[in-house]
Amino acid sequence: MTTATARISRPGHHAAKLPRNARSRERALAWARRAPLLPALIFLILVTQLPFVVTLIISFLNWNSLSPDKTAFAGLENYVTVLTDPDLRQAIFTTILLTVSVVLASLVIGLGLALLLDKKFIGRGLARTLLIAPFLVVPVAAALIWKHALLNPTYGLINGILTWIWSLFGSSTAPQLDLLSQAPMMAVIVSLVWQWTPFMMLILLAGLQSRPMDTVEAAQMDGATPWAIFRHLTLPHLRQYLELGGLLGAIYIVQNFDAVFTLTAGGLGTANLPYAIYQTFYFANEYGLASAAGVVVVIGTIVVATFALRTVFSLFKKEAAR
Amino acid sequence: MSTLTPAAHRKATTGPTAQATGTLRRGKSRMDPTRNNTAAGLGAWLLALLFAAPVMWMILTSFHSETDAATNPPSIAANLTLDAYREFFGETSGVSPWPSLINSATASILSTVLVLVLAIPAAYALSIRPVKKWTDVMFFFLSTKMMPVVAAILPLYLFARTVGALDNIWFLILMYTSMNLPIAVWMMRSFLAEVPVEMLEAAQIDGAGLLLTLRKVVAPVAMPGIAATALICFIFSWNELLLARVLTGVVAGTAPVFLTGFVSGQGLFLAKVCAAAVVISLPVLFAGFAAQDKLVQGLSLGAVK
Repeated sequence: MTTATARISRPGHHAAKLPRNARSRERALAWARRAPLLPALIFLILVTQLPFVVTLIISFLNWNSLSPDKTAFAGLENYVTVLTDPDLRQAIFTTILLTVSVVLASLVIGLGLALLLDKKFIGRGLARTLLIAPFLVVPVAAALIWKHALLNPTYGLINGILTWIWSLFGSSTAPQLDLLSQAPMMAVIVSLVWQWTPFMMLILLAGLQSRPMDTVEAAQMDGATPWAIFRHLTLPHLRQYLELGGLLGAIYIVQNFDAVFTLTAGGLGTANLPYAIYQTFYFANEYGLASAAGVVVVIGTIVVATFALRTVFSLFKKEAAR
Repeated sequence: MSTLTPAAHRKATTGPTAQATGTLRRGKSRMDPTRNNTAAGLGAWLLALLFAAPVMWMILTSFHSETDAATNPPSIAANLTLDAYREFFGETSGVSPWPSLINSATASILSTVLVLVLAIPAAYALSIRPVKKWTDVMFFFLSTKMMPVVAAILPLYLFARTVGALDNIWFLILMYTSMNLPIAVWMMRSFLAEVPVEMLEAAQIDGAGLLLTLRKVVAPVAMPGIAATALICFIFSWNELLLARVLTGVVAGTAPVFLTGFVSGQGLFLAKVCAAAVVISLPVLFAGFAAQDKLVQGLSLGAVK
């Protein structure tokens, strides 16, 4: 970056040595470079970082808004409660179970779909469009459809289809499922897997289409079986994309509120942390406790995010190095 | 699942034709074992129909009468009617969804505009004329996206209550802007990075000023990317429920908040629920299909092309 002309340069270009008297000009130029960035940066710090600092402070207070005069410093009391209270502990487990099962199931199904869509066949574009549709239904609406139109034990589509199939064989005693009351967690998981599989499929499909085909063709020439090609060429190449999809999915699904709120209202052990926190401050007015639970979610997310960032970073570095 | 190509043993055929075609195909040749694509196609179509079935069922049921909607087994060929839509738009009940739809549109469109106004200059300072340590800045942006909303929602709620911004659409617009800004910055950066350095340098040598360069060189390359970014930000804002539920009420309630009124069953209302879901999902379906090609880039924060 010479000072004579504000040369456009990408990182990697080495800055030329500067004469002393050009220092101040260089500084002015650096600020000119930073200026376009500042509004976005400052706005984001104000709206996201500042509230979190406040959450952190509140988490150490004993604060119930119904009795504000009793507000006092509580030390780690709220954190102890979060980790020992049976409901909140249950919420932690629910969050982990929900996130892990939804991410894994949608990754596996998404991988299968991506491999199918990587082939050429008639109407591939339309099939892909149909597969994306679940991701493009407003999440609350999707949860409502699952609750009322598909899973409803009396007139839901799933039981309706069972009745219809059994009636084909002249039977009037079709098995009828009632996931919402008998396996509510399953209901939430199924609806979320349906919604997130397209997301995984899109990322994995992009990964498949970016692999170098010459090695695959060479392997085919050498008579490698499709399984061997998948196992030793495709899968290693897809690893990054699987990680990226899984970790990004995890970050979104950890925060899921809509499905739990709509399908089960957090009943029967399906309340995850976001829902439990919402209840704790919105209905129970326990501000200190809700904040502590919020901080616990952040700590959990940071653990996941560290891995996510590494993956994003490796893909990003490749691109930045171009 | 046998998603892999069934035995397509293309053993190293040493015939001259195979050799010739192998060398004649230039550029990126894709694997093209034409023989077994029928199976893959069938499988893909079956799964596509299975995944789309709930959406199709939702659309079909929304055009049925309430009595036809709530049958077991399902009545697929029932008469079509617009009753459910009339019901949803409040012709009989008098409860209109329009205010919530207008709130959603306002919040989504205005926050998207605000996001672009903030993100485009930021992305410029991270790609075309990068600040020092620009990668660190990128990761700071991303890290804010990793923080769950629930970890900040209480202070935001308390702040809004204190300054009287509860149930105010403008406060929600600011929230949605911060929610989408990191995504937009990452996306925009990856689009702006596609502007060839040579073209920028050529423009400079020709003595083009900043504005001219932006208009003639950067804009043509970045425009599709800006459009896709806008669509994706729109979708995320339109879908959002938690913030809207906590921060808005009767005045500024958005469409998803309106939908929460359907959470508990209320007699015969299945067709109405489906009509509501269809109407409220339509903008997202359109935006999503319009941005289909760039969807993956947006969802993966620009990491995957």
